[in-house]
Amino acid sequence: MEILLALIIAVLTGVGVFLTLRARTFPVVLGLTFLAYAVNLFLFAMGRLNINQAAIIQENVSNYSDPLPQALVLTAIVISFGMTAFVIVLSLKAYGELKSDHVDGKVLDKDGDK
Amino acid sequence: MTHTPIIPILIPLIAAFSILITKRYGFKVGQTISLLSIIALIFVSIFTLIDITSTEEVLVYKLGNWEAPFGIVLVLDSLSILMVSITSLLAFGALWYAISEKIDKEGVHFHSLFQLQIFGLNGAFLTGDIFNLFVFFEILLLASYSLLLHGKAEGRTKAGLHYVIINLIGSTLFLFAVGTLYGILGTLNIADMAYKVSLLDSENISVVAAAGLLLLVVFGLKSAMFPLYLWLPSAYGKTSAPVAALFAIMTKVGLYAIIRVHGTIFGENAGELAYYYIPWVLNIGLITLTLATFGVLASKEIRNQVAYLVLTSVSILLIAIGINSQDALGGAIYYMIHSTFLAAGFFLVADVILKARTTGYFDKQMPIFKEAIIIGALFFIFAVAVAGLPPLSGFFGKIMILSASLEHTHTAIILSVVLISSLLIIIALSKSGSAIFYDTTLDVEPLDEYKLSKSTLASIFFLFLFAPLLVIFANPITEFTNTIAANLFDTSKYITTVINIEEVIK
Repeated sequence: MEILLALIIAVLTGVGVFLTLRARTFPVVLGLTFLAYAVNLFLFAMGRLNINQAAIIQENVSNYSDPLPQALVLTAIVISFGMTAFVIVLSLKAYGELKSDHVDGKVLDKDGDK
Repeated sequence: MTHTPIIPILIPLIAAFSILITKRYGFKVGQTISLLSIIALIFVSIFTLIDITSTEEVLVYKLGNWEAPFGIVLVLDSLSILMVSITSLLAFGALWYAISEKIDKEGVHFHSLFQLQIFGLNGAFLTGDIFNLFVFFEILLLASYSLLLHGKAEGRTKAGLHYVIINLIGSTLFLFAVGTLYGILGTLNIADMAYKVSLLDSENISVVAAAGLLLLVVFGLKSAMFPLYLWLPSAYGKTSAPVAALFAIMTKVGLYAIIRVHGTIFGENAGELAYYYIPWVLNIGLITLTLATFGVLASKEIRNQVAYLVLTSVSILLIAIGINSQDALGGAIYYMIHSTFLAAGFFLVADVILKARTTGYFDKQMPIFKEAIIIGALFFIFAVAVAGLPPLSGFFGKIMILSASLEHTHTAIILSVVLISSLLIIIALSKSGSAIFYDTTLDVEPLDEYKLSKSTLASIFFLFLFAPLLVIFANPITEFTNTIAANLFDTSKYITTVINIEEVIK
């Protein structure tokens, strides 16, 4: 399970970094979302991976999983959603104003060159 | 338990929401609430500052009365309340200018965003744990994104897009670093982390070191250190003047976080990791100063030049942190007070020049504009103060940092880089000043005339006032900054007050 989770986080981060470097607003927004997913999984895993441990206090249970990473992830998810919403609106505004979806606002001709 | 530490956070938060609620009663009400909130904030922070200076206490505010390593705490010590005081005084100057130049009317919600920005800043200065530092960073960033884009101007959206994307990537790195530190140390409270680092197993040292350096990258991004400063000149140069003035404190948040988080966690008790980040800070500071000076020299536009001047002051502070002695840190805090106010005031002067002259570009000849003498005098005194010439405060700050560097092993490099950069800054400022005020032409028709109002002039003078005040009261202020620096080096008091342990293991 450790290897699988590590691979998932690695792939998500890799995809996120690749898309962020694409210099077009839509891939950049997608890349930021992927990075946010990767970091949320990473934070979640920082409480160590466990099976059969209760997250909520119950009777007759002695083993509990670490509640703090869950609280952190919850906050991080909310913040990353808000930020993603903001960056989507901003890139729409930039597209309307700069007439291009390039992050530097360069207008491209048919061949894709500047 | 005293409630003082949470008041500077609550005032702007309540003000921000009251402005939204009272929006239907007109713009004037929002303006008044905003001003009243900042004035209240100034009173609270100055009184607390005086109180803390006399008692030298560290106030810990436990939210929900949970004990420190488990619950969230706010920590108020002399450094954090000093930063809060600087923020509120600076915000007052910026808000005054925004109201007198009617910049706040260019779009809706200026005042509530302004208050939320102050809320995030004060929270970042007062928080005692690293995850809340992240949360407050996000609050102040989100407010700053919206303030940056407030109103319409050429190129603002593009600069804003770059600023937002690079800061979002920075936030991701911040969370990775926080996660790693939590995974190893099992805590997020700064004081508790410092204690746990001193007990660290040798096999985990390299992981914690890597996470610490990742945090340094994030704080470096906020404080615009090399190579992460490229967003700053365009973002600060394109936004409206009062927002740029308020942003003068934003780079200092990054520096404050380096002093607070790295200085406490990787302080002298950290064993093998003690001060391992210092060489990075020093070298990067020297590189940033060199490149920022070239930026000042190469700028073709006044606001761009001021943005690079902010960068030079940040890098001098990085160098002072990198020297890592008590005297250097005391000088750094003195220089931080000076550079924040003066850089903010310089942004306002640049905006006045831009409005009066209709262009900020140095290579464009313009006719002599109305009130050029007053504006030129303002430019002159700000240039003297920012370049660090005597008799104003920049000179004393630099002297303190440079004299502290004399005991450092790389004295020659530090001295030569700082002094040559100061000389080049003086040259660049005299060049741009003569281009703006002397290189005039009658060929161009003067456009609509800008009238410098008394209120605008007063707001700029308010921010300038700190340069002579810092010189006149240099003795008590340096004593105060030196005690702060001494407290920062002896972290055991901070740690034991926050997490209630008997003694920090040496």
